Amino acid sequence: MFDVIVIGGGVIGGCVLRELTKYRLRVCLLEKENDVCMGQSKANSGIVHAGYDAIPGTLKAKFNVLGNKMMESYAKELGVKFRNNGSLVVAFSEEEKATLSELKTRGETNGVEGLRIIDKDELRSLEPNISDEAVGALYATTGGIISPYELTIATIGNAMDNGAELFTNFEVSNIEKTDDVFTVTSTTSEKVSATLVINCAGLQSGKIASLIGDEIGVNGRKGEYILLDRESGDFVSHTLFFTPTKKGKGILVTQTVDNNILLGPTAEELEDPDTTTTANGLDFVISKAKTMCKNPPLFNTITSFAGIRAYSDRHDFIIEESKTVKGFIHCAGIESPGLTSAPAVAEYVVKELVGKNVSLQSNETFNGKREPDYFFKNLSTEEKNALIQKDPSYGKIVCRCEQITEGEILRVIRENPPAKDIDGVKRRTRSGMGRCQGGFCQPYVAELLAKSQNVPLETITKKGKNSYLLTGVTK
Amino acid sequence: MKNSYGIVIIGGGPAGLAAAISAYDNGVKDVLVLERDDRLGGILNQCIHNGFGLTRFKESLSGPEYASRFIEEALARDIEIMTETTVLSLTADKRITAINSKNGIFTVQAGAVILAMGCRERSRGALNVAGTRPAGIYSAGTAQKYVNIKGYMPGKRVVILGSGDIGLIMARRMTLEGAKVLAVCEIMPYSSGLKRNIAQCLDDFDIPLYLNHTLTKIEGEDRVTGVVVSKVDENKKPIVGTEMHFDCDTVLFSVGLIPENELTKSAGIPLSNRTRGAIVYQNRETLVDGIFAAGNVLQVHDLVDFVSEESELAGASAAKYVLEGRAERDTVEISAGGNVSYVVPQMLDKNASGHVKLFFRVTNVFRDCTITAKCGEKVLMQKKKKIAVPGEMETLILTEKTIAEIDGPITVSLEVNAK
Ligand SMILES: Cc1cc2nc3c(=O)[nH]c(=O)nc-3n(C[C@H](O)[C@H](O)[C@H](O)COP(=O)(O)OP(=O)(O)OC[C@H]3O[C@@H](n4cnc5c(N)ncnc54)[C@H](O)[C@@H]3O)c2cc1C
Ligand SMILES: Cc1cc2nc3c(=O)[nH]c(=O)nc-3n(C[C@H](O)[C@H](O)[C@H](O)COP(=O)(O)OP(=O)(O)OC[C@H]3O[C@@H](n4cnc5c(N)ncnc54)[C@H](O)[C@@H]3O)c2cc1C
Repeated sequence: MFDVIVIGGGVIGGCVLRELTKYRLRVCLLEKENDVCMGQSKANSGIVHAGYDAIPGTLKAKFNVLGNKMMESYAKELGVKFRNNGSLVVAFSEEEKATLSELKTRGETNGVEGLRIIDKDELRSLEPNISDEAVGALYATTGGIISPYELTIATIGNAMDNGAELFTNFEVSNIEKTDDVFTVTSTTSEKVSATLVINCAGLQSGKIASLIGDEIGVNGRKGEYILLDRESGDFVSHTLFFTPTKKGKGILVTQTVDNNILLGPTAEELEDPDTTTTANGLDFVISKAKTMCKNPPLFNTITSFAGIRAYSDRHDFIIEESKTVKGFIHCAGIESPGLTSAPAVAEYVVKELVGKNVSLQSNETFNGKREPDYFFKNLSTEEKNALIQKDPSYGKIVCRCEQITEGEILRVIRENPPAKDIDGVKRRTRSGMGRCQGGFCQPYVAELLAKSQNVPLETITKKGKNSYLLTGVTK
Repeated sequence: MKNSYGIVIIGGGPAGLAAAISAYDNGVKDVLVLERDDRLGGILNQCIHNGFGLTRFKESLSGPEYASRFIEEALARDIEIMTETTVLSLTADKRITAINSKNGIFTVQAGAVILAMGCRERSRGALNVAGTRPAGIYSAGTAQKYVNIKGYMPGKRVVILGSGDIGLIMARRMTLEGAKVLAVCEIMPYSSGLKRNIAQCLDDFDIPLYLNHTLTKIEGEDRVTGVVVSKVDENKKPIVGTEMHFDCDTVLFSVGLIPENELTKSAGIPLSNRTRGAIVYQNRETLVDGIFAAGNVLQVHDLVDFVSEESELAGASAAKYVLEGRAERDTVEISAGGNVSYVVPQMLDKNASGHVKLFFRVTNVFRDCTITAKCGEKVLMQKKKKIAVPGEMETLILTEKTIAEIDGPITVSLEVNAK
């Protein structure tokens, strides 16, 4: 029996879960996949938006601006890579320049600080590779970048360190409430109960709402990306946006916190969204990148991927307690700027919505700090050597592109939330995220997983379920 | 372990081993080889098929057999070898930082360095193939490692993209292990693999090779369930209406090898954008003093025999550099002319003695053609060929006498003979 059940291990569920562990509550997280962070929070742009984009008065505007202000210290405490690189909304005509002024005013209404319109020359000095056609930009100095999966994994790991429980492969398919207790059942008939339930199921948040009879429309819009090698990492340093026009927002070109270059996303409405990449989508990304910048280093492409934005039919975040079922809280249709907003959303949900239902007594033992999964890279040579002497596995390189050691991989298999598959190790350590995309390290990582879990190598998967790597032994 | 060596060699594959032996035999007795794997031999360890050493030993050896001949030679000498040791960085003044479990992170100073890090495979991601990202997508070399080293099968029904040698070898290997290889597709109008591999790996097993075809979609959420293959036009764009669907659980990518030059770049050594390896003189010295390169890190070889030959040259040159320093150079450039994609070496030092063997590849399949090395209008060397293909490395030798006549840049080009 728990006090609170959180459904969905994305960044919203993660931040909410962690926020809950600040109080004396028994809490758990239910996630349908083999690992956390398998939805929108894994495949997005990783931008900490300044807040000039959202319509004043919306929840998006409110939480974006708050979240932006919180993010730096939030990320620091959790050891998540964050950089305040600044965003530039680039104009390519006088008409677009006029739109920049509107955006600036809108941002100021939302409470965004540090907005400034800059001319062609200043833009060029900030971004030497910008297209010659660019005429100016809105410079949002509070814009930043973050690793979205590091953030999600760190919040959930930290919550677990503070007592939260995680159930993976738990796909919620039924919810019942009797005598003020919710019983949540999975597709495989496992049951968990609690007095409160928080729906953070992303794209499926509408479906979860329908399980208690609430009607929330949540649809998917696909976004495709291309990722370039770190070797081209200094191609741009800010996040470059097109000026939004009636025809859409275009794509963005940005550095990531790991110094790759990210191009995308497209925006395709889908009835039945999937995360396939398409030739048309990738061609669009390429053509837009070429419009924004001079000679984008596309030869350094290391991968392409897609994510699905879950947007609600209200075109705003839905963050509220159910009007019909008391104790059931929705965080539904949290599309962009949901990543930016997550810490602020979590604080609001717990203080206001959970706090309305239960009394919040602070948990004195709560420790909000988490050692980052990349801690080894940050050590001095002396510290590394001391660690290698104690644990020789830190002296063995497994992933050669990103220089990740066996010790780091064994650690994330052990630590909260434990990595259970190849992609889980990859998101935590970057092993396999480099230019060879796991060609060299995958067999090695699979063996480490098998050995640590004491299972045969054939049972190791790429991302749980039926994603097996091997089909048997050789003759 | 000492903290300075006459010669340090990065990589213990066939290139590193041959370079070490040759450096030692040419008089430098403190040689250190650093290898990140737990054994010497490099990529040869997973190449258990025959066909290695035909030129050098006049017999057909397996990869491990070929490697063991060099490993034994190296072990018979007083060469220091450290395995499970990864080099992390290299500086232009020849300081090497490496990591292993025993010594932790350590730095050694070298009199000369030989780069022998080999190459890596291009991944699926580099090609932007559309579709899902499920399990069951491997580079051919990774599949080879699973099958030949770990003893596991990566799949049962296989489509291979790219007809490079590793792809061809794996088509046969997977078939012998009971898998069904449905197709090998190649975007070019010709295979980039060795002719003998097409005959022995595809034809003998009735595996279809689709030239001018590429993969246009991968399907499957968790595991690959199928792929779509399309014909391409002359601009390599898929032609609508030519789609073929294959039900398969595995896709292997054999779409090219890239010399592993991260360390080289970190030391500020200029690379050729054609080979993606260092620019070198005929003695395999890079444009940074005392740093040499040989084997696949310099240019992707199809025959290991050439790797050994090149590496012996690099080893001897590095020894000479350590023992004698280097004399004044008189340099001319060598470049690729018409129908030739690259030439190694890119620099010729006229003051150095001995003949020079030029290695290069042609850009397409040519029949009845002539390959010429020229200095201005002067023909230095010429060779007629019945057929020349990109998948097979070509060579031309410039004799000492010819070199003496050179007074400007050299180009190597190919012309098709008039009928
Ligand atoms: C292409 C794209 C670009 C974006 N760019 C940005 C950006 O730059 N900046 C920004 O601030 N925001 C951005 N966003 C928005 C941001 O990514 C999302 O707002 C945020 O990740 C939403 O998190 P979430 O936790 O609500 O959803 P998710 O991360 O999708 O998490 C939902 C989780 O619930 C689980 N789940 C679903 N159904 C069930 C069930 N029945 N039982 C158990 N578990 C279930 C899912 O498996 C998933 O793990 C972008 C989004 C996309 C798609
Ligand atoms: C699948 C395949 C099939 C082939 N078939 C044939 C054939 O039939 N016949 C034939 O003659 N040739 C064949 N070849 C070609 C031949 O085997 C290669 O050209 C040769 O192995 C290249 O040797 P190398 O030493 O340059 O590279 P490698 O063998 O790749 O060795 C490089 C070594 O350097 C090490 N290294 C790299 N970076 C570092 C670092 N930072 N620190 C420490 N160590 C490092 C690597 O671990 C590796 O052991 C084949 C090649 C392949 C890949």
